[in-house]
Amino acid sequence: MTAAVFFGCAFIAFGPALALYIFTIATEPLRIIFLIIGAFFWLVSLLLSSLVWFLAGTITENKDGPVQKYLLMFGVLVSVFIQEVFRFGYYKILKKASEGLKNISADETALSMRLLAYVSGLGFGIMSGVFSFVNTLSDSLGPGTVGIHGDSPQFFLVSAFMTLVIIMLHLFWGIVFFDGCEKKKWYALLLVLLTHLLVSTLWRDLSIFPCRRERGAEKEGWIQEEEELINGVWP
Amino acid sequence: MPWPRPLAVTKGSGSAASGASHGGAMLTFMASDSEEEVCDERTSLMSAESPTPRSCQEGRPGPEDGESAAPWRGQDGEEDHEEDPDHYVCSGVPGRPPGLEEELTLKYGAKHVIMLFVPVTLCMIVVVATIKSVRFYTEKNGQLIYTPFTEDTPSVGQRLLNSVLNTLIMISVIVVMTIFLVLLYKYRCYKFIHGWLIMSSLMLLFLFSYIYLGEVLKTYNVAMDYPTLFLTVWNFGAVGMVCIHWKGPLVLQQAYLIMISALMALVFIKYLPEWSAWVILGAISVYDLVAVLCPKGPLRMLVETAQERNEPIFPALIYSSAMVWTVGMAKLDPSSQGALQLPYDPEMEEDSYDSFGEPSYPEVCEPPLPGYPGEELEEEEERGVKLGLGDFIFYSVLVGKAAATGSGDWNTTLACFVAILIGLCLTLLLLAVFKKALPALPISITFGLVFYFSTDNLVRPFMDTLAFHQLYI
Repeated sequence: MTAAVFFGCAFIAFGPALALYIFTIATEPLRIIFLIIGAFFWLVSLLLSSLVWFLAGTITENKDGPVQKYLLMFGVLVSVFIQEVFRFGYYKILKKASEGLKNISADETALSMRLLAYVSGLGFGIMSGVFSFVNTLSDSLGPGTVGIHGDSPQFFLVSAFMTLVIIMLHLFWGIVFFDGCEKKKWYALLLVLLTHLLVSTLWRDLSIFPCRRERGAEKEGWIQEEEELINGVWP
Repeated sequence: MPWPRPLAVTKGSGSAASGASHGGAMLTFMASDSEEEVCDERTSLMSAESPTPRSCQEGRPGPEDGESAAPWRGQDGEEDHEEDPDHYVCSGVPGRPPGLEEELTLKYGAKHVIMLFVPVTLCMIVVVATIKSVRFYTEKNGQLIYTPFTEDTPSVGQRLLNSVLNTLIMISVIVVMTIFLVLLYKYRCYKFIHGWLIMSSLMLLFLFSYIYLGEVLKTYNVAMDYPTLFLTVWNFGAVGMVCIHWKGPLVLQQAYLIMISALMALVFIKYLPEWSAWVILGAISVYDLVAVLCPKGPLRMLVETAQERNEPIFPALIYSSAMVWTVGMAKLDPSSQGALQLPYDPEMEEDSYDSFGEPSYPEVCEPPLPGYPGEELEEEEERGVKLGLGDFIFYSVLVGKAAATGSGDWNTTLACFVAILIGLCLTLLLLAVFKKALPALPISITFGLVFYFSTDNLVRPFMDTLAFHQLYI
């Protein structure tokens, strides 16, 4: 916990993306803009998928139990589909934009479709990684013991690596996706979709590590307990 | 050929308009209308477009005007059209490669978008960092006199009603203040305005930064003796006054403007009750839209008057990212050199798009020389953009409120941040398309509000549940 874990996990998760940003994107204003627009597209797709998940939850009247797990899985599937749809939408927009740019300036090779694919993939990835990990990261700054109730003490580390993985994957998916769209290789799109589904549906319960307690939202519970131990519990 | 006169007013010069009243807003107990007026005046994006014709015109002091450029921007464009129709030809100069303008627009448009992204981001970072670490700004310690109705009511309906009433009062105070300022300006009560602006800056730079420093020191439990404190605050404030109202290095002036916007935003975040803050944000974007685009808007009239008198308006109310011109282009013939002398006044920088006007000048006068596109490129590179400080403040209020009330959730804050940046991008794009004065608040604030409420209520539970199960989408 505290600063060491915070900085370690932050750099594990976001280091490569930050390096990519600094060395390839930060120098060109147009690329920064496309990155932010890509991030925005991912955000909108997340919004829509949350809406779908929320509506599904409301329809099933928020019963507890295995229904929630199925709902979550459904939410994840829908989210992946919507993300890929938005990736396709962003591709269309970028295609129009790059055609417009080509009309304007004949020698403008600086904004090739491949570069835009890279930028958009990175945009999606950074936003996805940040949204997934930043709350966990801020929790890691505070006092507490990881895995005090028997969970894996590597929670933060695993999360950080998973975040790194998902950022890089979004980047690669972006490139493959755009390449598939450009060359009309539709199997590439299918591949991206399938691998995305595969990665996103890796359920912890299916992993080889046994888990006796749920983490995530409840980790604050055991952090609270630690704080209580340190500060004393006052009625 | 009406060349633009070299503008006498440099950045922060002590000329008539220098007393930017951004300081005005600050104190809650101060009956100063300057608060609203300031917010008002600052709420506008310096249009990239309308200065274009203006740049073709002589001695247009417009761009550096501190006040909300919104009305003025549109007005400028119209006035220019009316008065100097041939000036608009400046943009479409023969001999210039057809795609060059658009390419330059795009290239420098993107650069200027980034030049606005950076200060807006910095201001938001300062506000969010303060909100997350210093408890003082999230504690409820009373309300502004402009929002007299409390929100500690038992029923939801009553609370909503109170917040709407608070908003009405706040907005009407702003409108009254703006009109008051317009009248003062119209009747040439410059001394009054200056005094007011300087008083406001003083309060902001000294009192509010003293309070801020005190709270930060308290949070980190750092002791500081009074002599050191006095020295620090005095230096900070004095240098700030000089930089903002007179001359100073560009970066320092920008830094001070960002800091005072952040301080102002923090005051709003602290003293505006929750629901009132959101309703006020919505209402102020509507007001901005109306005040900028309606022909009889007070801000527009203010700018018109300034235009008529060929005076700059309150330069210190505007964040300017203008850069210094290079001397390289002076190798052309004298007349073009004369035209190029203009930009030595960094404050006179106009937005990227009005660079259409500038480089075309020499082309209109002289036959196009082979080195021209290069020269123009050099020129264009030195342009800057301006954004009213009110926009900074309200963006930061939105993001700060998201950070303060998001129950420790960073996703909401980040979503609002991205939404605001996208809104700003869109606004600048619209500016490029319409070439007209546009307010900077409506699109960004709308996006920000939509994303705040949807992220807080929909995305947050979803992402929490996903993190719960260590699922990554």
